[in-house]
Amino acid sequence: MPSMPVGARLYVALVSALGVLVVLVGMRELGSIPAGWVTALTLAALVVLARYASSPLSRSAAIDISVGQPVGIASVLLLGTAGAPFVMAAAAFAPGPGSERWYARLFNFGMSAIQAWLASLAYAAVGGVTLSSAQSYEPMQVLIPGLVATFVLEVVNGLLMVGIIALTQRVSPLRIWHGTLAQSALPMFIYSIFGLLLAVVWSFVGPISAVLVLAPLMVARWVFAEFALRQEAYEATMRSLIKSVETKDLYTRGHSERVSRASVLIGRRAGMREDRVSSLRYAGMLHDVGKLGVPTSVLQKAGRLTDDEYEAIQQHTVRGREIVKDLEFLGEAIEGILLHHERIDGRGYPMGKVGAEIPEFARIIAVADAFDSMTTTRSYRGARSIEDAFEELRRCKGSQFDPVMVEALIEAIGVEGWDASDTLPAVPPTPGDGVPTMASDDDDPTVADRLGLPSAAPADASELTDPYDDALGQPVGGDHP
Amino acid sequence: MSTEHEMRAASPLLVAAGIAVVASVAVTAESWQRASIDQLGFIPYAFALFIAVGEVLRIALPGSRQSAPLASAGAIAFALLPAFPLRPSSLGFLPLHYEWPLVVTVVTLGSVLGAFPGAIVGRGMHLDELARRVLTTMLAAAVFRPWIGTLLPSKNEIGWRLALAMTAAAVLAASADAVLAASVRSSQARSPFRTALVDEFRALVGISSAIAATGVLIALAAPKMGYVALPVFAVPLLLTQFSFRRYATIEATYLQTIRSLAKVTEVGGYTETGHSRRVSILSKAIAREMGISERDIKDLDYAALMHDIGQLSLTDPIPGGATTMVAPVDQRRIAELGAEVIRQAGVLDRAALIVERQADPYRPYRGPQDDSLPLESRIIKVVNAYDDLVGASLESDRKLRAIERLQLGIDREYDPDVVDTLSRIIERQSEFAY
Repeated sequence: MPSMPVGARLYVALVSALGVLVVLVGMRELGSIPAGWVTALTLAALVVLARYASSPLSRSAAIDISVGQPVGIASVLLLGTAGAPFVMAAAAFAPGPGSERWYARLFNFGMSAIQAWLASLAYAAVGGVTLSSAQSYEPMQVLIPGLVATFVLEVVNGLLMVGIIALTQRVSPLRIWHGTLAQSALPMFIYSIFGLLLAVVWSFVGPISAVLVLAPLMVARWVFAEFALRQEAYEATMRSLIKSVETKDLYTRGHSERVSRASVLIGRRAGMREDRVSSLRYAGMLHDVGKLGVPTSVLQKAGRLTDDEYEAIQQHTVRGREIVKDLEFLGEAIEGILLHHERIDGRGYPMGKVGAEIPEFARIIAVADAFDSMTTTRSYRGARSIEDAFEELRRCKGSQFDPVMVEALIEAIGVEGWDASDTLPAVPPTPGDGVPTMASDDDDPTVADRLGLPSAAPADASELTDPYDDALGQPVGGDHP
Repeated sequence: MSTEHEMRAASPLLVAAGIAVVASVAVTAESWQRASIDQLGFIPYAFALFIAVGEVLRIALPGSRQSAPLASAGAIAFALLPAFPLRPSSLGFLPLHYEWPLVVTVVTLGSVLGAFPGAIVGRGMHLDELARRVLTTMLAAAVFRPWIGTLLPSKNEIGWRLALAMTAAAVLAASADAVLAASVRSSQARSPFRTALVDEFRALVGISSAIAATGVLIALAAPKMGYVALPVFAVPLLLTQFSFRRYATIEATYLQTIRSLAKVTEVGGYTETGHSRRVSILSKAIAREMGISERDIKDLDYAALMHDIGQLSLTDPIPGGATTMVAPVDQRRIAELGAEVIRQAGVLDRAALIVERQADPYRPYRGPQDDSLPLESRIIKVVNAYDDLVGASLESDRKLRAIERLQLGIDREYDPDVVDTLSRIIERQSEFAY
């Protein structure tokens, strides 16, 4: 037990000793239960097998399904204090990764035994019958006590775990408690159902019930694992295809990824629901996907673009929509991709929409897009500071950007910080080349204004009938009638 | 069942099931008159209802398969149900000696009842799957039910022997189901039966074992627990069903995403509109006939959709996007660039390999034939060339001329087996509606 505090050592020793005690005391009664030893040994073998076979599901899996847990619950119902500590503690002997250190195994042994012992006591206390020795029983003599036993099992497990973590890592016990117990409520309920079914059927037909009850659970676990793999594959594929957009222009490396991150920051700050935020994340990632359709020669051209070439670049929003329009799960994101170059004064493209006509997603991406292109290195200049970028965004709010989204970004970055670095090495600016390439300028408000870009919509937004502030539901002030 | 051909492929199955149903209903009606079924009381109706509810909760499985796990489990449970509790339950239970005709009648009644709402809203009846269910439960009942009297040890005990026999009957029914499904699939897609059987076992082993286990559990628990067993043991299967549904959804979204992102070459004017989609459809049809397994066809599909993605790295588009028209070295370069993009995903290595080798000749001019050239790459090479020549055109004259041109390249550029299969498919084009 290297480098463990004295308190923790005492704790481990105490828990293990208590565990060994309840297992031994229980085993003395096991002989008096019909087929007690056979049942206990079979269940213990199942627990070991389940622990051995269960590699943790992939890291992104939201749900992990344990096969050993229902078996443990079944042992409480079938054998009570006589066998349950023995069965559950057997898991500590399972070979495999994880608790390789002997004292960790010892602690797990003790913890499982105490859990099972207390759960069995609780089961009997609320009127549960020990199924192995019962001749006949009413369903209610199993159902409610079974749920109580599961609850006790979880609570004791939580308490003992909190103890060891608090003693070794010096984290506040309350925090650990809050994190673990809240998450385990639903799985706990599902396990208890499986455990109940297993115990009941076991009492009719014996060990073959384990195969029958655990089969759907194993299948579900397997499918969940496949699902998690698919989900990872999915994200990875999307990312790599998006990267292939960025290979066309070295200066936009990691741009989509960062715009996605900044958009999420804005969305959360603006109080969006989580499902919309997740859609926004995709929108940020895919906002420039239409650039895949722009010839590389145009994207990488150094120097001033012809009108035709400029139009080809502007087409990337429409092309982007064309590409993603069949992806139902994107929802609002599709419009966001189409309209992320609109300006609230109506001078943007492709449609020249004004103010609130521009959907929220597009207004958010516009801000995130401009922010990232200002704060990263471009061919004609180095990266600007975050403060400079904020100032520029503030200067353009109300004309190019939605003021709410600009402030949301500034606030969010103020609280959470911003990391503009990229996993790939940054490309240094080309010295002496003062002429911007079009692709990068397009997102950069300072350049766009300097070049005096052509615009389809009327230049004077104040003439339009849809005053921006009202349309967005902004607090306009007391002087407004 | 979208096409006439697919309908015809399933017809022997439908006829067999139809005969079984008619015979069963006749027998059941007759024994009803003799009142020998009366003792069952509400039991058959409860199971029919359970099957109907399960049918409503039908799910899609990966690979355009359908399943109603709860309905199938209910059907198996009724086929195997050995006894039911007497009232009061302290008297033990009453052995049930009904035969397969009643099982078929109940299963049909429940299935049709449950499929009705779906048919009204236009989800289709999935007749071939219902027919499979009827026939396999009939098999399970016919094999198992005569043994109930011998295997039941006493009036209040079930025992492991009966449980084992039930499990065996359920496994038999599940295997028969896979065989029937494979025979329908193989004649629908004109793929070899062996491939179809392996595909079907692979696709169904998970859900079918959960269905079989649940069916047996209900039948084992019902003699003690009565009707409560039905909803209680449905819970685990619902969890399984839920996970399958999530899996099928993400699988579909994945394909949809690749399809969409593969369109970028078309949107950017690098290739003709619909090219990648047409290459994918035709490649899959050829692969099925040539006996490539479903798992490998999936990779072929991804590869076919993205086979031109390397063109994105070109500074300017090839005129018309026809890669067949450019020099072999450039074709090879495009293939390599595309493979590089796909390989970055980290999970599509097989598809990347297929794309990488798509420009390689079937038999090089110098040196021996390369055995490592994947069949999938050879298929894409042929179909890509064919589509460059034909495009979206529907003229059969143009198609036949394209095939002739490909046949000139046989032995060197193109794999003759692939070209043969393609020409067979084109000749059948009138039937071709995937």
